[in-house]
Amino acid sequence: MSSFVPVFRPTGSALHAVRPGVAAAFALAPCVAALTFDHPGVLAAALACVVVTAAAARVGRELRRAARLAVPLALLVAAINPLVSREGLTLLARGPEVPLYGQLDLTLEAVVYGAVAALRVLVVVLAFAVCSAAVDPDDMLRGLRRVAPRSALTASLATRMVPLLARDAERLSEAYGLRAAGVGDGRLRKGAVVARALAAGGLERAMDTAAALELRGYALGTRRSGRAPRPWSADDVVFAIAATAMVAVAVGAAIAGIAAFDPYPMLRADRGPSEAAFALLLPALTVAPFALAVRRRGTLRHHGCHA
Amino acid sequence: MPDALRLDRVSYTYPSAQGPALHDVSLALGEGEMVVLAGGSGSGKSTLLRAACGLAPHFFGGTLAGHVRVWGRDTRDEGPGQLADAVTLVLQDPEAQTVMNGVRAEIELPLESRGMRGPALARTVEETALALGIADLLERPVRTLSGGELQRVALAAALAARPGLLLLDEPTSQLDPVAAEELLAQLRRLNEDHGTTVVLAEQRLERCLAAADRVIALEHGRVACDSTAAGFVRWAASRCPELVPPAARMMSLAGLDPLPVTVKQARSLLRRAGVAPIGAAPGEEERGSPWRRRLKRRKAPTAVLALRNVWVEWDDGSGGTVTALRGLDLELRRGETVALLGRNGAGKSTLLRVAAGIVQPARGAARAEGDVALLVQTPSDYLLHERVVEELAPDVAVAALGELGLAHLAEADPRDLSGGERQRLALGVVLAGRGIGAGAPPPVVALDEPTRGMDQQRKRELAERIQALADQDAAVIVATHDVEFAARVARRCVLLGGGRVVADGSTTEVLAGGRYFTTEVARVLGPGAAAVLPEQGAPLVRAALASAVATGREVAAL
Repeated sequence: MSSFVPVFRPTGSALHAVRPGVAAAFALAPCVAALTFDHPGVLAAALACVVVTAAAARVGRELRRAARLAVPLALLVAAINPLVSREGLTLLARGPEVPLYGQLDLTLEAVVYGAVAALRVLVVVLAFAVCSAAVDPDDMLRGLRRVAPRSALTASLATRMVPLLARDAERLSEAYGLRAAGVGDGRLRKGAVVARALAAGGLERAMDTAAALELRGYALGTRRSGRAPRPWSADDVVFAIAATAMVAVAVGAAIAGIAAFDPYPMLRADRGPSEAAFALLLPALTVAPFALAVRRRGTLRHHGCHA
Repeated sequence: MPDALRLDRVSYTYPSAQGPALHDVSLALGEGEMVVLAGGSGSGKSTLLRAACGLAPHFFGGTLAGHVRVWGRDTRDEGPGQLADAVTLVLQDPEAQTVMNGVRAEIELPLESRGMRGPALARTVEETALALGIADLLERPVRTLSGGELQRVALAAALAARPGLLLLDEPTSQLDPVAAEELLAQLRRLNEDHGTTVVLAEQRLERCLAAADRVIALEHGRVACDSTAAGFVRWAASRCPELVPPAARMMSLAGLDPLPVTVKQARSLLRRAGVAPIGAAPGEEERGSPWRRRLKRRKAPTAVLALRNVWVEWDDGSGGTVTALRGLDLELRRGETVALLGRNGAGKSTLLRVAAGIVQPARGAARAEGDVALLVQTPSDYLLHERVVEELAPDVAVAALGELGLAHLAEADPRDLSGGERQRLALGVVLAGRGIGAGAPPPVVALDEPTRGMDQQRKRELAERIQALADQDAAVIVATHDVEFAARVARRCVLLGGGRVVADGSTTEVLAGGRYFTTEVARVLGPGAAAVLPEQGAPLVRAALASAVATGREVAAL
């Protein structure tokens, strides 16, 4: 399971170089479009944004790792919707009569809407994976400490402890298989037993961690970061503008009623030039700051400066 | 100048505990002292350290009687956070006490918490890292560090606020001998060069007595001995023999007095007695002759576990590949007891996991004749139920718990057991009905770091259990950092390095004459003696003494 959890990996990319708040906003900006729109074209564009960001930030490996969890999850979502939805007029297959539920019909609309929901899951999970891989959680903690110190600490501990817990789960699962034959009451399934042991072990470790925090004086409650304030760089500004633009474009398009999509009772999706422009604009806004950063570094090298 | 630490008639009881963990303890530590806390499991060492830094009662709750003062500041008035510039505590598990994701941020955290900022913060972080030799780790993510590196980072974070009193609770228990030596050398430097008062709770006393100005031994929450290292060894020899370091035990068995504290003192004692250097043990040359070894090999029973050209590779999580085992060959035979030694990351655990079939080699093959029972490093991993008795198969639970000495805890929650009790229960979980409680053991029993945090008494019991399994024809392989335990329990030692077998031979062949992977007795006697345990060394010393006397050499006043 630890192999599914992406962790921060400094790669020296332009995204890694910008301040953590901006980097997180940029990495997560496609989620706004994904959560606002049902239109498959927009969702595909949002997914493209995530993939482009991962490639440009050189965290494709982390993206693939997260995909090992996200894709099965998305497929599950895609499979469940057609089975539970009773809407849609285009019948693909007629299933059996299920007690208390009624006729189990498979409609094209339910299949497509399941795919839309799956796409949304993919975008959100993968965007957070890119954010985890590209944003230094310690810098994030510093940034958040002033406004929400406890939440910041929780977030930082989570990024530190989640991979540890995942590793614990692997170990517990292994140890379960090493028990002598006939051990256990046979009623509890392995998953439940391991999950309970994982929670108990996590609590034990939490005691040590809490003691360490107490000893380091975290309870003294100083909110300000000790590091000198960092001036805004050109990259900070460009990535911040791009993130803001992505959010603004998504919100503006929603207000303007662009890219409407109705799955039920029959599929209806807007497919005009506005939708095409919207779907192209999102990846363009993703690529732009990276391209500008590359160009600026090239210019600085040309003038004999260090980027 | 107030004392670094002063306890006045301190008693402490944990919440909902039956009795006090500390009982009427009074002591005072001066500035710059290096103090070792000794005692068995449950003697009160950890509780004393917790009380000294204010965690007890501020963090753990419970009832404190008496006064604990750190540099004159009463822990009743200030909690561990406020006292962080006066006292700090480094815990056993470095992983649980690192909070941040990067090393620099980890060291910055306690300083930022105290309001330090700007250039002063940056300078203090650099200086702390330089003082502890971890400057090259500052930009590394914590998850990429080895156990030894992680412990040094935890130490740096604890020392960043420059407390004058440093408390450490078995900080080397998870480290290999090399990393443990490095950490202890670091503590010695902090004590000698920076004047930091150090209090170190340890189970493996032979590692740290040399540096101790003073040793405080606890028994049942009371101070049983408070003396110099030499005084402590004398006290332990008469009152608590399991606490006597191996070299002193050897001298005691040989009838020499006074007992040495360090290897250097022991060597000097032997030199003054005119008995150095000590030759090989009688019969050792014969045992080592090549033709006899070949004959022995021919007679040896067939292997119950054979690893042939085993390669194991991992994804390191950042795209690289770690080769854990590189073409490793190993055979185990019935009734053998084998110790697997090596640094952290040498491949010991991987080897055991390949043997147990949990890890499939990328190349090569592992063949076992029947089951391989594996006890993994963390005994808590086996504790999945709410009652101890539920952890074992119903038909053998009662017999197994009785054999493990846990019958009285059958209804307890496994998570409430002490470390030693958990270890025994975990062994029961793996071997109940097949060697413990009933039945015959599987052909191969593999134990991964089974002595972590165990006191000498528990180690002796475990060694006896391992011998009993071997007597029932099981091949027992034990991966351990505890060289003294390896010497006691194993007939054969395999030293791994970089995923390969770098040495494989009888315990005396491998351990005698080493620098890190060696016992205290072997260090004293040198490689020629081929003795690694006090019981092996003592007859040699006695024989050498007798020979010195017979040849008319003057035995110096000892």
